[in-house]
Amino acid sequence: MTRRLMVLLGTKKGAFLLDVAPERRADPGAWRLRGPFCEAWPLNHLVFDPATGAIHGAGGNPWFGPAVWRSDDLGGTWSHASEGLTFGEGEPAVTNVWRVTPAHGALYAGVEPAGLFRSTDGGRSWSHVAGLRAHPSRPGWMEGAGGLICHTILAHPNDPLRMWVAISAAGCFATEDGGLTWEARNRGVAADFLPDPDPETGQCVHRIAHAAGDPERLWQQNHCGVYRSDDAGRSWVRLDAPLPSEFGFAIVAHPRDRDAAFTIPLKDPDQGRFMPDARMAVWATGDGGSTWEARRTGLPQENAYLSVLRGAFASDPLTPFGLYAGTSSGALFASADEGGTWTRIIDLLPPIHSVETALVDA
Amino acid sequence: MAELLLPAGLVALFPGMPRRMTVSGTSVREIVDGLEAERPGIADRIRVPGGELRPNLRVFVDREPASLATPVGPASVVQILLATAGG
Repeated sequence: MTRRLMVLLGTKKGAFLLDVAPERRADPGAWRLRGPFCEAWPLNHLVFDPATGAIHGAGGNPWFGPAVWRSDDLGGTWSHASEGLTFGEGEPAVTNVWRVTPAHGALYAGVEPAGLFRSTDGGRSWSHVAGLRAHPSRPGWMEGAGGLICHTILAHPNDPLRMWVAISAAGCFATEDGGLTWEARNRGVAADFLPDPDPETGQCVHRIAHAAGDPERLWQQNHCGVYRSDDAGRSWVRLDAPLPSEFGFAIVAHPRDRDAAFTIPLKDPDQGRFMPDARMAVWATGDGGSTWEARRTGLPQENAYLSVLRGAFASDPLTPFGLYAGTSSGALFASADEGGTWTRIIDLLPPIHSVETALVDA
Repeated sequence: MAELLLPAGLVALFPGMPRRMTVSGTSVREIVDGLEAERPGIADRIRVPGGELRPNLRVFVDREPASLATPVGPASVVQILLATAGG
């Protein structure tokens, strides 16, 4: 069967879909743009579930509140739901959905203020995974610049009882009992904006990602550095000394090599959070993070006052694999050769919050 | 029956829904509950689950600012408006 590559973009002004024949993905003229979808709601995440063929979107609207959007026909029609997205009486209202992740036959949604919900009916209704907010550190959770948000959900590939979430700015938490109880996993991760620079929680984690084929190995891009954990997040080793900045939002694991990953450093938080020296680069490691190398070919090398946010960096499932970086300026840069060279696929979109890819029937 | 006027951004979320309709109910809350019975999910777009109106929505009954508890008469005009927000 003929397949097409789809890049799913969650933006400040709705969902967009980009389609291309896989063999033509390096040609910007071969891509077809569809959208905006979801009534131009701000979408923090848009993802394809290969198990069901549905697209799910996570977002919130300043007037109408949070919603998870769903399309069962690859973007042709959309529905929305938020039934059950509540922490209950006396608790703060859920204002936004930041992440929606299919895993083991369920959907999980990370929300603002930070919390986790599960759906077993494809996102039509939700139930609170209350164990996360029952963590004893919760009264001390502080919001980051983007709010107090549960923005990353990592499911264990084989064990449905195990999951990691990342909360800004509370840190990384993990469960091994299906969400009943959670453990903070931030040892070794700096929080040098706090009076205690080495707390149990309070770290400003920006993104965590599983290493290829090794769910015990995690990569982390944090407000305060880049890290790797080889024990499922129980301890972390700092890796960003060779990078031009400790700060960045996104990190992507190599899809086949457990020692390889990519990150996009940004200027210091109080210095604009755009590309260092206004020159865009993707930095790659192939040795577990000991050394990093800048990849710049095809990326703008002057006046690049833009950033790539936490969810706006992704790989595709092809061989060689592709990489995609969506920018705050509404451009999508793509590499069809595993990050070696880059091409601007599209420009002038709304600010891009998330990038995901899928291989679907043409 | 009161007259209800809805914002375009709200009806766009519920295909086929008109912006102007007649509704029954003796309070704004009853009208919202009545809408929910016809269009499941719409109440969550108008009010926080189990709570009050969403912060950036404004409701007027007969041109006066209203809340969910505001009484509605049989000849009332109920307007739901969007506060100016966004960028």
